Amino acid sequence: MSLSRHDVERIAHLARLEVGEQELSAYAESLSRILGLIEQMNAVDTRGVAPMAHPQEAALRLRPDQVAEADQRDKFQAIAPATEAGLYLVPKVIE
Amino acid sequence: MFDKTVAELSRALQGREFSSAELTQACLDRIERHRDLNAFITVDRERTLAEAKVADASLARGEATALTGIPIAQKDIFCADGWPTTCGSKMLANFTAPYDATVIARFKAAGAVTLGKTNMDEFAMGSSNETSFFGPVRNPWDPKTVPGGSSGGSAAAVAGRLTPAATGTDTGGSIRQPAALTGITGLKPSYGRVSRYGMIAFASSLDQGGPMTRTAEDAAYLLNVMAGFDERDSTSVDAPVPDYTATLGRDIRGLRIGLPKEYFGEGLSPEVAKAVEAAIAEYKKLGATVVDVSLPNSRLAIPCYYVLAPAEASSNLARYDGVRYGYRAEKYDSLLDLYSRTRAEGFGPEVKRRIMIGTYALSAGYYDAYYLQAQKLRRLISDDFKRALENCDVIMGPTSPTTAFELGAKTDDPVAMYLSDIYTISVNLAGLPGMSIPAGFGAANRPVGLQLIGKYMDEARLLNIAHRYQLVTDWHRRVPKGFE
Repeated sequence: MSLSRHDVERIAHLARLEVGEQELSAYAESLSRILGLIEQMNAVDTRGVAPMAHPQEAALRLRPDQVAEADQRDKFQAIAPATEAGLYLVPKVIE
Repeated sequence: MFDKTVAELSRALQGREFSSAELTQACLDRIERHRDLNAFITVDRERTLAEAKVADASLARGEATALTGIPIAQKDIFCADGWPTTCGSKMLANFTAPYDATVIARFKAAGAVTLGKTNMDEFAMGSSNETSFFGPVRNPWDPKTVPGGSSGGSAAAVAGRLTPAATGTDTGGSIRQPAALTGITGLKPSYGRVSRYGMIAFASSLDQGGPMTRTAEDAAYLLNVMAGFDERDSTSVDAPVPDYTATLGRDIRGLRIGLPKEYFGEGLSPEVAKAVEAAIAEYKKLGATVVDVSLPNSRLAIPCYYVLAPAEASSNLARYDGVRYGYRAEKYDSLLDLYSRTRAEGFGPEVKRRIMIGTYALSAGYYDAYYLQAQKLRRLISDDFKRALENCDVIMGPTSPTTAFELGAKTDDPVAMYLSDIYTISVNLAGLPGMSIPAGFGAANRPVGLQLIGKYMDEARLLNIAHRYQLVTDWHRRVPKGFE
């Protein structure tokens, strides 16, 4: 599988990564090389094999729906790039 | 003082031969003297010495645990309240953790002293410590060579006697491969044994924290503190934690060692093969027997891993968007632009490559061919181990196919770098415990690691097997030149 510059642009957009025009070819080349390695997987017939998501097949635990954490909003927002009145600030999204 | 093991230091502190403040000061001085190793990202003398004084007070009151007053270097992937926690990335270079990881909290409760935060590959993605935003770490055995990765700073710090012990994390070999390349002892516990809470996530179905020490005995001391159920980690296993030091003395006569033929074939350097074979001969002298086993799907481990780990990483690293913490781009003109520029400027090239591979593998139309196929191969690889471990007690082989390589040797070719983890990755896929212990040297006095792979939750036996070898060999006591 060889990726084109256009493929890299599409993937970078999905991943929310800005990739400069001059970087596209380098990424296309290195990602294609990694995909080449990955494609060794295709040689194996895995019909009938159950996919394994987790090493020990453990089911997720449930816990009682109780308050377990104290409110630490001020502490956690102290490390944010921009906040106001307890809210995180981002560029305007609704005109 | 700095050449003593954790076990020896623990006895000396409790016998009041010296104080934790004196020991900690000596470690801080050595870190300063060997700054050119670049093993640490953050050192905070004042904070560390304050912790040592608290430990000394506990020792004076006779309230000490085995680790009270012992300085431990923490990989900079563990959040520690009030400490910068960077994960080796520009993205978190300005991030001060507002809470403790469970591993950190457990060490604090045991009275251990936080010696500093060690350097690492960015977001633990690398096998040479060269992807760190804070620059590469150098191997104390030869500063031209890498210490391995991603826990390269912890490995170099232990090997150079800057700290008695350190923590690491291992997603595809990040504890064991650097342990091998720097001649120390490293243990990746079974998946679920050590809490992942507060340990910055890379690939959540594979990540596991563990000890990096000079001896197996010391690893047992650290694991005693690190292991255990944590309700804050949804995949933490609720199983009793034995005293890992209690079984170290057991005789290993009759031990069945499985040797997978796939681990001794093409790609293994002859000097590593020779050292590993000599170590196995030593085990035979201790009364072990050897059986041939096969892991027929192990050649698929790297392709399988390089789908699953990047897929999980692309999801885990989506949180770094410049909104709640960490780096934010200076210029942006929309929300989408804020995200894309923050991530373009905050992540390094290897992290971006893996995010893009993962995004691609999970994208519409490709999921079955990549992600699902990789999960099926994971099952085949895991079943191979199950079958092999029915006929033996432990699997042994090389940790890494070569000794330490030179800085820059593999940075232009990600695929060549990935092959450095060919013998370690499958152990993470199967969720089993794995260890690397020093087993001699190759050319130019570069260390070789012997890998031990155990049954699920069988860490006590692995540590026992490693300890018995260390009683009759002295590879783990060798000190790099210039660090005596």
